[in-house]
Amino acid sequence: MYAGLWHILPGPWWLRVLILVALAAVVLYALFMYVFPWVSAFIVPQEVTVE
Amino acid sequence: MDEAATPANAGEVEVGSRARRTRPARRPSVVGVLGEILITLGVVTLLFVAWQLWIGDVIYGAERSAQADEQSDIWQEQYEEQLEASPEATPDATEAPAPTEVTAEPVILPQPADAEIFATMSIPRFGSDYHVNIAGGVTRANTLDPIGIGHYPGTQMPGEIGNFALAAHRTTWGKPFNRIADLHVGDAIVVETPDGWYTYRFRTLEYVQPSAVEVILPVPQAPDVEANGRYITMTSCSPMYSLAERIVAYGLFESFTPRSAGAPASLTGGVA
Repeated sequence: MYAGLWHILPGPWWLRVLILVALAAVVLYALFMYVFPWVSAFIVPQEVTVE
Repeated sequence: MDEAATPANAGEVEVGSRARRTRPARRPSVVGVLGEILITLGVVTLLFVAWQLWIGDVIYGAERSAQADEQSDIWQEQYEEQLEASPEATPDATEAPAPTEVTAEPVILPQPADAEIFATMSIPRFGSDYHVNIAGGVTRANTLDPIGIGHYPGTQMPGEIGNFALAAHRTTWGKPFNRIADLHVGDAIVVETPDGWYTYRFRTLEYVQPSAVEVILPVPQAPDVEANGRYITMTSCSPMYSLAERIVAYGLFESFTPRSAGAPASLTGGVA
C-alpha cells in the first residue's frame, strides 16, 4: 500500500518525501481538528455536572 | 514497511524476474496491505490518545483564551461606541478611572439562551492569560465542548442574590477547570459581562456524588433556605478522567465594578 503510494508519486526521491510530508500534515490536521473531536464526543465519557 | 512480510516476498517471486529488472515495484499482497492498514490504525489510535490527553488541550486552550479575549474587546468597543453616541455621559467616564476601587450595585443580566455567550471568566491563580467564555446551558454538545464554561439554567446570574452555578471540563476540551483544586482561599474569580466585572472570592472545595444537585441551590447544600448572599458554584469531574464524583468550588461575591471604572484590581493585581 505505502510502497504503491511511493511509486505513484512523481519526481526524484526528495520531491516524493516533500509530498508525503505535506500529505501527512493534511491528514494530521484533519484528524486533530475534525475526526478526533467527533469521535471523542461518542467514546470518552466526561461528566462535569450534577444532575 | 512490507519488506519484512514473507507473503509479499513470495508474491514477488511469482511475478518473476522480468518485473524485478524493469522496476522494483512489488505486487501488493493481501496480507501485506492488511498489515499496513493495521499498523496505520494503531498509529491513529495512539495519535488519538495523544490528542485527547495533550495536543487537543493545547489547541483548545489557546482557542478558548483567544475567543474570550475577543469577546472582551467587542464589549469594550461597544461600550466606547455608546459613550461617543451619548456625549453627556463622557465627562463622568473620564473622571471615573480613579485609583480607588469603584463599586456599584451589580447589573443583573437576564437568563441566557442555550449556548449564548454572556460572560467571560478570569482567575488570576490559573495564570494571567486564563480567560474562558461562559455560555448558557451545561450540555456537552452545545456548551461545554465547543465553548468552555456552562451556566446551569435557572440558577442565578452574576451578582444576583443566590447562586451563580457553573460547570466545565477538568480534563480534555481545553480543560477550563483543570486547576480547580489549586485555588486558595480568597483567590479572585472575576466574571466579565458587557456591563462590567463581578469579583467573587474563592472560599472552599467540596467533593460530592454526581447526584448532589443541592450544590447549585440558591444557598448551596441548604434546601428551603432563602438566599441572602451572592454565591458562585463551579462543578467539575473528580477524580480527573473519572465519572465517579464531582468536585465543587464555592465562592462569595465581593464587588461589582462597572465598565466605566475599568478593570478591577482583583483582575489586574495578580495573585497573593
